[in-house]
Formats: sequence, structure tokens, C-alpha cells
Amino acid sequence: MKRIIAVIREAKLEDVKKALIRIGCDGMNISEIRGRGRQLGIKESYRGSNYCIDLIPKTRVELIVKDEDVEEVSQVVIDAARTGDVGDGKIFISPIDEVIRIRTGERGDDAV
Amino acid sequence: MSAIAALSSGDTAWIIVASILVLLMSIPGAAFFYGGLAKKKNVLNTMFLTLIAFAIIALIWVTYGYSFAFGSTINGIIGAPANLFMSGISPDALNGSIPTMLYIVFQLTFAALTGALISGAVVGRMKTSSWIVFIIAWATLVYLPICHWVWGGGWLMNLGALDFAGGTVVHINCGLSALALILVLGARKEKTLLPHNLTTSILGAAFLFFGWLGFNGGSALTAGGLASSAILVSIVAACAALIMWCIIDAIKVGKPTVLGAITGLIAGLVAITPAAGFVDVPAAIIIGLGASLVSYFAVYYIKERLGYDDALDVFGVHGCSGIFGSIVTGIFASPFINSAASGLLYGNPGQVGIQLLATAVSIVWAFGVSYIIAKVIDKTMGLRVEESVEVEGLDTNLHEESGYNL
Repeated sequence: MKRIIAVIREAKLEDVKKALIRIGCDGMNISEIRGRGRQLGIKESYRGSNYCIDLIPKTRVELIVKDEDVEEVSQVVIDAARTGDVGDGKIFISPIDEVIRIRTGERGDDAV
Repeated sequence: MSAIAALSSGDTAWIIVASILVLLMSIPGAAFFYGGLAKKKNVLNTMFLTLIAFAIIALIWVTYGYSFAFGSTINGIIGAPANLFMSGISPDALNGSIPTMLYIVFQLTFAALTGALISGAVVGRMKTSSWIVFIIAWATLVYLPICHWVWGGGWLMNLGALDFAGGTVVHINCGLSALALILVLGARKEKTLLPHNLTTSILGAAFLFFGWLGFNGGSALTAGGLASSAILVSIVAACAALIMWCIIDAIKVGKPTVLGAITGLIAGLVAITPAAGFVDVPAAIIIGLGASLVSYFAVYYIKERLGYDDALDVFGVHGCSGIFGSIVTGIFASPFINSAASGLLYGNPGQVGIQLLATAVSIVWAFGVSYIIAKVIDKTMGLRVEESVEVEGLDTNLHEESGYNL
């Protein structure tokens, strides 16, 4: 089982969610984060107090998938989230030791 | 022609409404305007400064404030305290065409607002106990004398100084008092402006605009043409100033800012305040445009050059536009609008001199006495909170409350 973390644009969340649900990937959790990569910051100014806000609001989508689904799910996310401009985000994939469903106690692939 | 004063229910109804509108300028007007501009960790304390100042000054007003401000004058310096705790004033007593009690109420809201406005300069670092002591001393020693001199039958009024709704008594007063206080209080560790909720400030500015029409219109003390004229020129000056600030922003930083727009709006209203019942529409436009120029310069250049921490620009906006408005009232006062006054443009250049005198006296008295009061409080009980409190935020430390538990 693998954990897929996708840091995407806030505006792309709906597209990514719909695309994942379409391929049967119903389970996910979302958080609102701020981050930066190569994207330039935003300037704000209040009565001469100037700020460069270089931590930009993004959305973090976390999915747990079976090993054999990793490539398909990643591609679906990429296709839905990509705009071609700097700031589209990144996907991070890492192994997971165990998954347990709280209600039933199922473990492993049955719980994904 | 009968010499007996008669109650006008029209005038009374309007001044009741106007009083409530001026109260609205303090709460929610100033409270929300300042609260939104402050940092999130200080939002409650910022609003509390307005609430507590209003409450304390209201009580001072009805115990001894009104009497010293508007009692029969002792050599033009101060009023004779004849009606302490409002004793001897019945609901039937009249002041012109409105009940005396109503006049007291109306003036109460002015006094309380002036004190509340000072709070914008001190946000984020002042001890609440010191603020309370300052307000009590300031109201007694700064507001009451200036109010008496300009409105209460004192020497500046007798010299013919024109101040329709409070250019000197309110705006120069709070602006210069604020400046004196923050020079003693000192700058915040982090003195950049980062409004935590600019939408709240816009709401506050809207309430200020709304209430200001009672502030200026009610100062006519009658419900008729003069009040109408005052309201008309107030709206005109406010709008001209808003547009001008947006233009200056567009030239200077490349785009109009919303904070600039509401600041311009307020600057225009400040400047028209002393002139509202004396000038016509063309003059109001000029006054509005000028107010934004003056206050923009004060907020961006003077403050940066001299380095004082007038956190929310009380001196820059109220002080400087108040000075500008009070002086140009001597130029634009038109006998066609108000037969009681005429300025330089109408053949009375001496009025400018009188306005300069009233302006200078207000500046010196407000700044000087406030500075002394601030110094005394600083030496005895201290003005500032501890550094760790300032860094962590005043709301949790001074009130054990948070503005937002979303």
C-alpha cells in the first residue's frame, strides 16, 4: 500500500476530486496548506507597509492506494490538476506499513 | 416677536437621531474600523479601548464635564460648574428649540467619540489601566477646556472662531493628543500595518460615514436648510476625498487600494467637519480633494520621515485633515450659506487669522497637556505592557479572550 500526497492548486480541487471518484477512488482527506516551490510570491501593501507573501495557499490531497493502483491514480491526479503554469504542484509517494478500518477492524488491502 | 423659547419637535426629533448617529460613529464605527486594521491577536483589546473610553467619558460628562464645558463662562476660560450630576436641569428646560437634556446628550457623544478616536494610535502596546487613567485626565484637562473655548462661550468663540462640528474640538484635539501620547508610549516592536480583517474596517468606515452625517448635520441644532446643507457638503467632501486618495494611490503605487479609499473618505469627512455649516458645494469639493492630499502626505511621508508609531494614523488623518479643514474654513465660509460667518473669499480675510489662532491653540493645548499627562502616568504606573505580552498579543494576556475561535 502506498500513500500518495498531492499538493495542488486550490482551484483544481473539484476537478481532481471528481476524477478520482470516477475511477473508484472514493477515500481521501484534504487539508488547506500554504507552501512554495518555484512560484513567485504575492505582493500586498497597506499604507506603505509592504509584504511579499511567498507562502501561497494550496490544497493537500492525501490518498492511500494499493500498490498496483499507484500509477493509474497518480496519472488521474496529474491530468486533472495540471494547467501548464508554474505552481501546479507536486505528488509525493511513500510506502505505508499498515491500514486499519476502525469500524470493522479490517487490515491491509481490505481496508484501503 | 416672543422672546420665550419654544420647543420644536422637528428639531428635537432630528437631534435625537443625530445623537444616536454620533454614538454609532464610536460603536461600531471606530471600534470596527480600528479593530479590523489591528492584528488578530489584539482585535478585542483594540475594540475595548473604544468601548471603555466611551463609557468613562459618558459618565464624566454627566457628573462634571458638561458643566465645565458649557456652564456660564468664567473669563472665557472655563464654565462655572453649576449643574453637577445634572442637578437643576429638568426635562422641560430648553437650549434653543431643543431640550437642554438633549443638548447634553448630543455633546456627550462628541466628547466620548473624541476620546475613543485617540485609541487608534496606541493599539498593541498600552496597559488598559493606564489607558483608563489617561482618558479620565485627558477628558478633564484637554477636552473640557478646548470645548469651552470654541463652543461653550469661551474666548475663542468670542473672538469669532468658526468650528461647525468639531475640527478643533474633536479632530485636531484627538490627533494631537494621540501624537503626544505615542511619543511617550513608544513604538511597537513590530510596527508594520497588516490589517487582519480589512472587510471589518470597511464596515467601520461605512458606519463612520453614516454617523458623520448626524455629527455634521446635527451640529446645525435645527432640522432645516442648514442641516441639509451641512449633510450635502459632507457627502460631497467625503466622495471627493475618496476619489482623490484613489488617484494618488494609482499614481504612487500603480493601483487604487481599498484601505486608501476608506482612509480618503474619512480624511474628507474630517476636513469638512469644521466647515460643514459654512461652505458651499464647490468649496466642499476643494476641501475634500485637499484633505486627501494633506493626509496622504502625512501618513506616507511625515510618519516615515519622523519615525513615530501612530499605529492607525490618528494624527495623520484626524490631526492633519483637521488642521487643514479648520484653517480653510476661514477662506471658504460663505454668508450665503450661513449668515453668521464669512471668510476670505467673501471679503473677510481676518477670519483666516482667527482660524489660524484657534488651530494653533488647539494644537498646543492638546499636544502639550496630553504629553504631560502621558509623562506623569509613565513615571508613576507605566504606560506599556511587558514585551512578552506585546509579542504574544493583548487579547489573551489582558482579557483572557480570543477574538476568533472558529
